[in-house]
Amino acid sequence: MSTMNTVGRPTAPNPVQTKPATLTGGRGLLQNEALIFEGDGWGKTGVDLPEPKTDGSDLGDLLRKDPIGLPGLSEPEAMRHYVRLSQKNHAIDLAIYPLGSCTMKHNPRLNEKMARLPGFSDIHPLQPISTVQGALELMDTLAHWLKTLTGMPAVALSPKAGAHGELCGLMAIRAAHEASGQHEKRRKVLVPTSAHGTNPATAAFVGYSVVEVAQTEDGRVDVADLASKLGDDVAAIMVTNPNTCGLFERDILEISRLTHEAGAYFYCDGANFNAIVGRVRPGDLGVDAMHINLHKTFSTPHGGGGPGAGPVVLSEALAPFAPAPWVVHDDGGYRLIEREEDEAEQAFGRLCAFQGQMGMYTRALSYMMSHGADGLRQVAEDAVLNANYIKARLSDLMSAAFPDGPCMHEALFDDEWLKGTDITTLDFAKAMIDEGFHPMTMYFPLVVHGAMLIEPTETESKAELDRFIEAMRALAGAAKAGDVDRFKGAPFHAPLKRLDETRAARSPVLRWTAPEGSNKAA
Amino acid sequence: MRYLPLTPDDRTAMLAAIGAKSIDDLFVDVPQAARLDGPVDLPRVAGELEVERALSAMAAKNATAGAVPFFCGAGAYKHHVPATVDHVIQRSEFLTSYTPYQPEIAQGTLQYLYEFQTQVANLTGMPVANASLYDGSTAMAEGVLMATRVTRRNKAVISGGVHPHYIKATETVVHAVGVETLALPAAVDGEAAAIDQIGPDTACVVVQTPNVFGTATDVTKIAEAAHAAGALLIVVVTEAVSMGLLKSPGEMGADIVAAEGQSIGNALNFGGPYVGLFATREKLIRQMPGRLTGETVDADGERGFVLTLSTREQHIRRDKATSNICTNSGLCTLAFTIHMSLLGETGLRKLALLNHEKAVATRDALAAIPGVEVLTDRFFNEFAVRLPKNAAEVVDQLAAHHVLAGVPYSRLAPGAGMDDVLLVAATETTLDADIQILAKSLSKVLGA
Repeated sequence: MSTMNTVGRPTAPNPVQTKPATLTGGRGLLQNEALIFEGDGWGKTGVDLPEPKTDGSDLGDLLRKDPIGLPGLSEPEAMRHYVRLSQKNHAIDLAIYPLGSCTMKHNPRLNEKMARLPGFSDIHPLQPISTVQGALELMDTLAHWLKTLTGMPAVALSPKAGAHGELCGLMAIRAAHEASGQHEKRRKVLVPTSAHGTNPATAAFVGYSVVEVAQTEDGRVDVADLASKLGDDVAAIMVTNPNTCGLFERDILEISRLTHEAGAYFYCDGANFNAIVGRVRPGDLGVDAMHINLHKTFSTPHGGGGPGAGPVVLSEALAPFAPAPWVVHDDGGYRLIEREEDEAEQAFGRLCAFQGQMGMYTRALSYMMSHGADGLRQVAEDAVLNANYIKARLSDLMSAAFPDGPCMHEALFDDEWLKGTDITTLDFAKAMIDEGFHPMTMYFPLVVHGAMLIEPTETESKAELDRFIEAMRALAGAAKAGDVDRFKGAPFHAPLKRLDETRAARSPVLRWTAPEGSNKAA
Repeated sequence: MRYLPLTPDDRTAMLAAIGAKSIDDLFVDVPQAARLDGPVDLPRVAGELEVERALSAMAAKNATAGAVPFFCGAGAYKHHVPATVDHVIQRSEFLTSYTPYQPEIAQGTLQYLYEFQTQVANLTGMPVANASLYDGSTAMAEGVLMATRVTRRNKAVISGGVHPHYIKATETVVHAVGVETLALPAAVDGEAAAIDQIGPDTACVVVQTPNVFGTATDVTKIAEAAHAAGALLIVVVTEAVSMGLLKSPGEMGADIVAAEGQSIGNALNFGGPYVGLFATREKLIRQMPGRLTGETVDADGERGFVLTLSTREQHIRRDKATSNICTNSGLCTLAFTIHMSLLGETGLRKLALLNHEKAVATRDALAAIPGVEVLTDRFFNEFAVRLPKNAAEVVDQLAAHHVLAGVPYSRLAPGAGMDDVLLVAATETTLDADIQILAKSLSKVLGA
């Protein structure tokens, strides 16, 4: 007897009752894919190159003699290998990717097209300045947008990631204290307990001792605790705003006033700038330095973990300390100041070999221009609206960590609602995978027990949000109904079942090596 | 606002579900004084066509490497990248995925990172490699920091052949944590000079080969001297293709390799994003910075891959983390690993030989010009020449004639007393005709 599917087409009769393991380990279109080292690629190449006229013998004893151990793939084999691998990945182009604090939004392909214009991708970082005027114009234009959106007078573009930007900001702060002769006594940086791990790591890295600031019951910086710790031994505070609980720091003006009165600088972690872009300028909050993750707010793709870009906007007080290089503009066109000695003796140095992440600048500027000032304001509004919608629609089944008042761009739940079910946040997350969703961020921020941090971003439609919400509600219902088997051991339908992370850390295997007795190279 | 899917009706319905009257209700926590009433002073929403025109106009003002005789190197190299590479990295499942925190649905990323780590380890001749850092220069800085952690010593000796921007980037970061550096004076062939500077407080010696002047050196003796004094040897490589032909850093005794991987699979991109390669010895892996992918099994015993050893990182250790690195160059590692898989050992060796061949031909052409002195003796694909005139001025003059002749050393290190030195690189993309044009136009500018 045949059945009909939801679009009225016949489906297979007599659904198979048991699910025998396949003979190859593959599952339908999802194939097991061996490592490139396990194939027959030794000696093979997928690139046609002319025969060299030299054997390199003029290099004598500098030549490599032994095999390197690099298998090759013909072009069709390479295509298939990587396409098969790609099919084992979740991606924002497949479905909502609600990783809180990571900000996974649509990546417009126009950005990719622009970054690949030969005029940007095929230029060398050390070409004569006269031949890269358009590239410098792009950097200058990006800087103008960032400064205008943040209300800050200066920007350092070169940091290569958010944490690199934090480093840049704190080094500028340190340089400023050194310049005013206060560095010796100002050796502390205040960081709230809810901060990203990068904040205390950066402060410690730059030589400061980290002092934690308590959090109030409603998820914000405890201003009284902050005030009691501020003194003339404090170099800076580091505050994320909106914070990692997804909340706006209501007392932010008071926080910056107290900080400045104590002679310290206010570093803002701008990872969550997408929640306020176009509606709030950090410069108006008294911020002295803030990094902007271009990949988060301005949609440069994450590409499996990077590359990122973390330009830092700086206040008047810190601007003179910005690292080289930077772009200046006069009647003669654009120039690149590459050595801090050249025009600003106070610059604290250089953070990387060249100009930073030009490819990310191009993508970010494309995104900004596409939205415009009005669209970017809408970005913040929709990001916040979407998060609050999720929070509102799930709060009757799941426990919101901070139920009172709106959240910003992310909705935070704790595991209070799972009490007595024998199901953990991890189990719940893995069961989401079976339903076709990437799990939310788990166990972060640390200040909330069993945290589940959901960030939909502004590029999700209401229909996709509803689909996600219905799935979450169904799962929450199953958890409360005692359907433990659905959660313990999940995922059951992913390419792999739950992976043993402890084993990987206990006896690390970080590379392929030829099995014993094998004649494979290396 | 084509990227924003909510309709006005959606927004109304959602606000109702939340129980808010207007969007402003959701921003109540923002102090009144800090709220913007309307859009900031920037252009308004622009269609795809408009944006494309604006950016294309900027792009058109730049001279692209592929359009002119091109000889710039000094840490960034023009190579041909097979079309397959860029196609695959633009697949949605790679381009638009995140850090593989959920390994069950990120095996694509994790497996390529594992393959990448193996390729980098084999290429550098080292036992293990990480999943990449930002670029070669930041990798060098991380290498120095790691050496100070491992040796519990506080000083780095840096050879005069290391790229000046790498030295600057490293000094900026390591000085902040109180690590001292001794950067030796720039020298075309100065690697051995580092040996004399090794002392009981030396954490590491940093050498680059081929160095910024192109000189390729066997650093085995420096490794021996460093090890005898209890210091580590860090080998910096800015041209990854060179390792296809030359003795690997591992073979010469390196403890840490910090290299730039841009040459394999990645475009010039005006300096970034690039891909830092980082490899070391097995016993040092817990001190290694950056992300690592490790092999493990799933609940059915199937092989799989996960991010591992995160206990070194700041999201666990916070202010006691081993480094501040929080990311890797994911997509650039993918480009690297695809290009490397296509090349294979056979292709890489051939590519390396072609690079060397073109550089030798370029050297021969320039050496024949009266007044031009070739400074680099043994090199891979880059060498230094001394000109009878200021090199930066010569380069500017040649640029006006649509020839990008190389990088004046003074661009990297003004005041080093090498204003007449020009760094010239050739790769497989260099045509014989390009070499002839370079030689002819240089002769003309020099009045030779």
